[in-house]
Amino acid sequence: MAKAVIKNHFKLNIPGRSQNEAFARTAVAAFASQLDPTVEEINDIKAAVSEAVTNCIVHAYADTIGNIEIVARILEFPERTTDSDSPWLYIRIRDKGCGIADIVQAKTPLFTTCAEGERAGLGFAVMENFMDKLHVRSKPDCGTTITMQKRLQLK
Amino acid sequence: MVEIINSGEQITAGIAGDIDHHTASGIRNEIDAVLENTTPQLLILDFGRVKFMDSSGIGLILGRQRVLQGFGGQLLIKNATGHAEKIVKLAGLSNLML
Repeated sequence: MAKAVIKNHFKLNIPGRSQNEAFARTAVAAFASQLDPTVEEINDIKAAVSEAVTNCIVHAYADTIGNIEIVARILEFPERTTDSDSPWLYIRIRDKGCGIADIVQAKTPLFTTCAEGERAGLGFAVMENFMDKLHVRSKPDCGTTITMQKRLQLK
Repeated sequence: MVEIINSGEQITAGIAGDIDHHTASGIRNEIDAVLENTTPQLLILDFGRVKFMDSSGIGLILGRQRVLQGFGGQLLIKNATGHAEKIVKLAGLSNLML
């Protein structure tokens, strides 16, 4: 695989207010639009970001309003020779909230710690299915960092 | 925003705009207010004018299904296409689609 180059990037810090769910996914989608994604790719990205940011608001900062940091990068491969070297969108979403004690359990479809509020327990399932890579790093009382990557098809 | 069409036995709730964690509670309250008053045999959720949906939409479907079960009503989904359909399928709820 050819060496990846960060072609463009941004960092965004927002308070974990539910009004910012739409802002966060729209901001990342607008950034990704320079890669000329398909409508389906954009919707996948928006849904994955929406789930990650909602997790920060509903779980990480359940009783408070804390900071959510969103980083997005476009990774390109200048020596691109094959289709597998098409550009990637990298997204990192980080909170300093309560953390996840059991990540495997948290990622299990339909599992939720939220008895009220009608959460479906599908947040990680959406991220996993709509993106190509998902990584979760978390420590109780320290916070959670999730990184996701999606390979965008060359047109 | 929800547009309710009430024909007695059957209620259609047309949802418009984005369904996320922020908007879901408002949509839920609007639909539940009608369900409480009319206890219909069938609730059809119309996703035709939904612009964006994440898993909060699934929570909305499952939650209404629970309310309907309280009085023996049924729920079906209409016009879930494209992205909304993808989420409904991921949740294993294709059997509810009209």
